[in-house]
Amino acid sequence: MNAQTSTLLSAAVELPRRAQETLEWVAPAAMPPARRRLGIAAPDPLGWLLGPALLVLVWTLGSMSGVIDARVLPAPWATVETAADLLRQGRLQSNLLISAWRAAQGLFFGVGAGVVVALAAGLSLAGGYVFDGLVQVKRAIPTLALIPLVILWFGIGETMKVTVIAISVFIPIYLNTHTALRGIEIRYVELAETLDLSRWAFIRQVVLPGALPGFLLGLRFAVMAAWLALVVVEQLNATSGIGYMINLARTYAQSDVIVVGLVVYALLGLASDLAVRTLEARALTWRRTFAK
Amino acid sequence: MSPALASSPAAQAVVRVRNLTRRFTVKGVLNGVDLDIRKGEFVALLGRSGCGKSTLLRALAQLDHEATGDGEIAVPERISVVFQDARLLPWKRVLDNVVLGLNGPDAKARGLLALAEVELAGREDSWPSELSGGEQQRVALARSLVRQPELLLADEPFGALDALTRIRMHALLKRLSAVHTPAVLLVTHDVAEAIELADRVVVLEEGRIVADLAVDLPAMGPERSVRFAQLRRQLLTRLGVDDTVAA
Repeated sequence: MNAQTSTLLSAAVELPRRAQETLEWVAPAAMPPARRRLGIAAPDPLGWLLGPALLVLVWTLGSMSGVIDARVLPAPWATVETAADLLRQGRLQSNLLISAWRAAQGLFFGVGAGVVVALAAGLSLAGGYVFDGLVQVKRAIPTLALIPLVILWFGIGETMKVTVIAISVFIPIYLNTHTALRGIEIRYVELAETLDLSRWAFIRQVVLPGALPGFLLGLRFAVMAAWLALVVVEQLNATSGIGYMINLARTYAQSDVIVVGLVVYALLGLASDLAVRTLEARALTWRRTFAK
Repeated sequence: MSPALASSPAAQAVVRVRNLTRRFTVKGVLNGVDLDIRKGEFVALLGRSGCGKSTLLRALAQLDHEATGDGEIAVPERISVVFQDARLLPWKRVLDNVVLGLNGPDAKARGLLALAEVELAGREDSWPSELSGGEQQRVALARSLVRQPELLLADEPFGALDALTRIRMHALLKRLSAVHTPAVLLVTHDVAEAIELADRVVVLEEGRIVADLAVDLPAMGPERSVRFAQLRRQLLTRLGVDDTVAA
């Protein structure tokens, strides 16, 4: 046993020495060659743009060579021209404004209601008994399936559209905020008890800031849900909005206008997601230090 | 802190436990615990895991909502608890963690003083995640001391720290408890730590106190290490550890 150990030890001492000798012999003062990397290197922050850029490239080449029929999908430059036309006529701006206003109203009411109900259900046992079951039942019904009922109640005007968007927004806000409120770690609860915090101080200093990440995650889902609901309600008897513009273009087979509308939807979605993420970074400064 | 204070007639018990029993469905039981801790006395509570030492500490901290049992507990009004994890709120800066729950216009000033006492002056605006484990535990210590506790309960507060940090924390806790003179109950499973810090070591086994030793170490010199080793062996035997193997 002892002899074995000493052999192992001397081998361990000898190995680096031998490696040094070899190194000097091959190339003095050279760094040892790095091992072959098997993992993926850290991604470039702008790397995700490559895919979309390739898509545009394929689209351009396809249109130029005539592989893509202009009636199926107009050429990129034709789409840009159409967008410029729509802007000149003011149709794009006015429709965009109306769509954004609908989404904003729906978000406002949906987020407000979601937060209020989540607080009621998350902070009190009775509130949980009353509201949580109800929301779970509602969650089982897709919001879009409620549209016929909402039309019966509110007609086909703005109220119906905002209501549908608000309901779509309500669910992710409620679920994520409620889960975060109920998920406050027991260690922090105990700490608050030993510090003799009042109930209100406990909620304000411990529960609410602790639940903020959950709420903000819900907000990201909510923004996406708002755009989805917007697309659907604007296809229903709307007389304005991006969805209306797209629908009208379908009637006249203007595929270029449809593509412009879709691009606008994509930009709106990306921009609002970026906005929420910026808000997240601002509100959760304490978290950013973890990533360092 | 000193044995002289502990035996003086003026020193009254600030903690008094009589025939305390606790039962849980999950873990930890107490079977008739009697314990007195005098003002300014530093008591270490030793025991193997599952012996009920955390249960006793939680009972004194009045954190055992789910427990059933009976017996008497008298504890002072101002109690601070130091947990094994620093338990700082990650969304509050260091100073706000220290003064959490404190009222009054001088709260911030007191918090800054407490931070200076644990040698963290100047770190008040840091986030907890920017501190090392030892620094976080020092913030937790500042948070408990700023309340001027009459009883300080510490549940294996150094258990998660590395050995070198632990030695420095021992010195800090010893110095601070000498200054603030709270009664201290330190739960630990480290025999050397208990002898090093406490005036008295209490051993808990299966929910009962089976040993209660005064730590009578000479101040310095070779006699100190001899007595230290004696006490250590005595306590280890009490804990059912074979000293010849442990040493």
